[in-house]
Amino acid sequence: MSVLSTKVQGLLAEPGCGRNQAKSARERRAGCQNLLKPGAAAGGCAFDGAKIALQPITDVAHLVHGPIACEGNSWDNRHTGSSGPLLYRTGFTTDITALDVIQGGEKRLLRAIREIIESYDPPAVFVYQTCVTAMIGDDIEAVCQRASEQFARPVVPVNAPGFVGSKNLGNKLAGQALIDHVIGTREPAHTTPCDVVILGDYNVAGEFARVRPLLDALGIRVLASITGDGRYHDIACAHRARVSMVVCSKAMIHVARNMETRYGIPFFEGSFYGVSDMSDSLRQMSRLLVERGAPETLVARTEALIAREEARIGVRLEPYRAHLAGKRVLLVTGGVKSWSVVAALREIGMEIVATSVKKSTPEDKQRIQGIMGSDAPMIDDLPPRDMYRMLKEGRADILLSGGRSQFVALKAKVPWLDINQERHHAYAGYDGMVELVRQIHLTVNNPIWQQVRRCAPWDAAAPVRKAV
Amino acid sequence: MAIVTRLSKACTVNPLKMSQTIGAALAFLGLDRCMPLLHGAQGCTAFGLVLFVRHFREAIPLQTTAMSEVTTIMGGMDNVEQAILNIYNRAHPAVIGICSTGLAETQGEDVEGFLRIIRARHPELAAVALVFVSTPDYEGAFQDGWSQAVTRMVEELAEPAGHRQPQRINILPGSHLTPGDIEELRETAEAFGFDAQVIPDLSGSLDGHVPEDFCPTTHGGASLSAIRGCGTATFTLAVGEQMRAPAEALKRKTGVPYHLFPRLTGLAAADDLIELLSERSGRPVPAKYRRQRSQLVDAMLDGHFAFAGKQVAIAAEPDLLAAVAPWFAEMGAKIAAAVTTTESPVLAALPTDEVLIGDLADLESRAGRCDLLVTHAHGRQMAARLGRPLLRMGLPLFDRLGGAHRTIIGYRGTRDLVFEAGNMLSAQTEEQHASRGDEHRKLQEAVSFSDAAGSGGQCL
Repeated sequence: MSVLSTKVQGLLAEPGCGRNQAKSARERRAGCQNLLKPGAAAGGCAFDGAKIALQPITDVAHLVHGPIACEGNSWDNRHTGSSGPLLYRTGFTTDITALDVIQGGEKRLLRAIREIIESYDPPAVFVYQTCVTAMIGDDIEAVCQRASEQFARPVVPVNAPGFVGSKNLGNKLAGQALIDHVIGTREPAHTTPCDVVILGDYNVAGEFARVRPLLDALGIRVLASITGDGRYHDIACAHRARVSMVVCSKAMIHVARNMETRYGIPFFEGSFYGVSDMSDSLRQMSRLLVERGAPETLVARTEALIAREEARIGVRLEPYRAHLAGKRVLLVTGGVKSWSVVAALREIGMEIVATSVKKSTPEDKQRIQGIMGSDAPMIDDLPPRDMYRMLKEGRADILLSGGRSQFVALKAKVPWLDINQERHHAYAGYDGMVELVRQIHLTVNNPIWQQVRRCAPWDAAAPVRKAV
Repeated sequence: MAIVTRLSKACTVNPLKMSQTIGAALAFLGLDRCMPLLHGAQGCTAFGLVLFVRHFREAIPLQTTAMSEVTTIMGGMDNVEQAILNIYNRAHPAVIGICSTGLAETQGEDVEGFLRIIRARHPELAAVALVFVSTPDYEGAFQDGWSQAVTRMVEELAEPAGHRQPQRINILPGSHLTPGDIEELRETAEAFGFDAQVIPDLSGSLDGHVPEDFCPTTHGGASLSAIRGCGTATFTLAVGEQMRAPAEALKRKTGVPYHLFPRLTGLAAADDLIELLSERSGRPVPAKYRRQRSQLVDAMLDGHFAFAGKQVAIAAEPDLLAAVAPWFAEMGAKIAAAVTTTESPVLAALPTDEVLIGDLADLESRAGRCDLLVTHAHGRQMAARLGRPLLRMGLPLFDRLGGAHRTIIGYRGTRDLVFEAGNMLSAQTEEQHASRGDEHRKLQEAVSFSDAAGSGGQCL
């Protein structure tokens, strides 16, 4: 456990993290663990976070070493897409028994790895530690090392048992596993001066397919995607990229920073959500690539592409303005989306009633203020009861959030749209913005709202009808 | 008769099973104004929460003691205490149902002991029922957790009564009954003049309704007073073998005898129920049920063509398997593969050669030639790979609407199941005919092509 504790401490002191930059040295040493409040906690554990971050690697087997709860209760519940392999959607677990708890589960784990390699022949196996197997002292790092040697196949330990902390810490530990065991272990067949790494995009609903053609058009190659629609070999070669882009700022920033210090790869934080953010991301990427040796014409070609795309999207968005202008949005999400979606919605005339900043960094907050002014309605924490009241009182026309608050909105009979990981629609890229706006329109203007808000006839004071 | 086997493999692939911890939590979700509390890391709760939210499409009250690495080493007494106090102050529940996890059990936590201390320290909690159930997730499966939680509810909350009310009965439904099934069962009992108290009652809490105001606990379900009063019942109806232990516990505690129905799907099974209700109530069978029985018989007459000789592969928890597999056999289909999650006395009696305690990969490897797959929504990938239709049954059903209202018990439920499964089988047969037609056409084209090629000698 001491190795793990050291890793956790290191991650919590991450200098690339916006929150840490705002802290004093002493506060930083104290770590940024939000202490979980028993009986009033919400959200996943570190294992959950690690799994979310790595499961999008499509061609490897993800093996959960633990009791059935950790995989059996949770598998196949996210919609990250693949353009090829499907093995990542198969649920693997050692499903340990009471006997394993007494005798130790290492032998079962080794056998499980062997069974997977024999039956599925994946390029690598990722092994996830869980609380119970950590408590009984199963040393997954040792088992993975032994399995790697014995089966001549990378077997990657992901040491993020649930009880070490929150989902976000799990995201970071997952990134650390890639740094420690994967990135830099292989060499690409060839490289180009326009190779990039995308970090922290998970290809939810297959949305990266809306971004990739833009990069293709500019001759920019995604050497590795970490981890949406990712492939093991590509990630192992990621250290040969010229530039990296961090999409979800909190989860993978340390991977970007590590690649910068170890391999001299500069990174920038960007977003694929919203027209202006999408354009900015393309601009930054091109500029950094040129600095790293890409042909200078890339900048002009990027500007041309942006101009063309923005004009095209402007035309496609126009019809929705009339339907959505002035509609009031309550936005409950975190991180990048708290500002990128704000900008996007304001672009088409919607009003932001409030945006939650619980999971946002100080920099995220600055950006929100940059967009909405200093009196931007930011809410730190919005408990379900208050959210319900706000919606019930009609203070918003739609709630955009994750699945957690879906039924707060629906039970208040207020339109709701999923913009978090479980969503089914692809919102990235220019066309994704049109899709988001279209979905908001379809939701907020659905004819059911008037019907479901109607009183039952026996509750309303209606005149008694006479038969004719 | 079936042989029950367990493969000696180390890796579970595409799990069928879910943990008994959340099975217990679901049982608590059938109590009114309840907050289930999982004693473990917060992920234990988060996974269960997401699962139930996706299945029921409802807000799910479910809390966690949020154990960390440090508190796990130090012991979880403080976390359990804080969790109970926080829940009490924020949600004002009538019941807090505490379910242990693998984490707590591996640590060897004495939660019963904690609760005694917490009770002594906090007299303000006097009115809140605290029910603890031990459900390590490295043992048993979902239905075992449900069974144990109901046993514990009965042991803790039911009270012996000095008198019996002849109209009053208890219903103990297994975890495989949907809110729709429970409603059907209650209405049937009411038609014979019984006043049925269902424990736990998901049809009150998770039937999908819109409360007037925000509610941090369950909204509807079996009330505390109703459970306390279940000793006045004249008898108990238990549904599913998993409910034998709770029914026994209730009998021990209150002396109320029970009737156990292993299943209520199928003509004979539904007849058993109606016959019992008629006997015990002394009332004739209402015209409504005579009519429904006739409708089921007619559905079987119309539908049996679709089932005859068809091969069905089923993966489900023991009691759901024991409800559905015999029914398919009664319709003339053959159970070609059966997979389940945990041991149960019902398995050996199933009408198939072998019942495997295993996973969906085991079903997939045995179902290649089957006409119909039956399992929960996680079977969708398998169904796509095999190109076979999937009758979704069990929990979770996250990719279809109305799972809570799907009813497969009694005459009416069985009638609708004949239609649903029969239609899938018929569609499958039509598709096969169509594709055979295609093959036939292709074959003919190939023949005529080779004829036209005029090479002469070869004949296909």
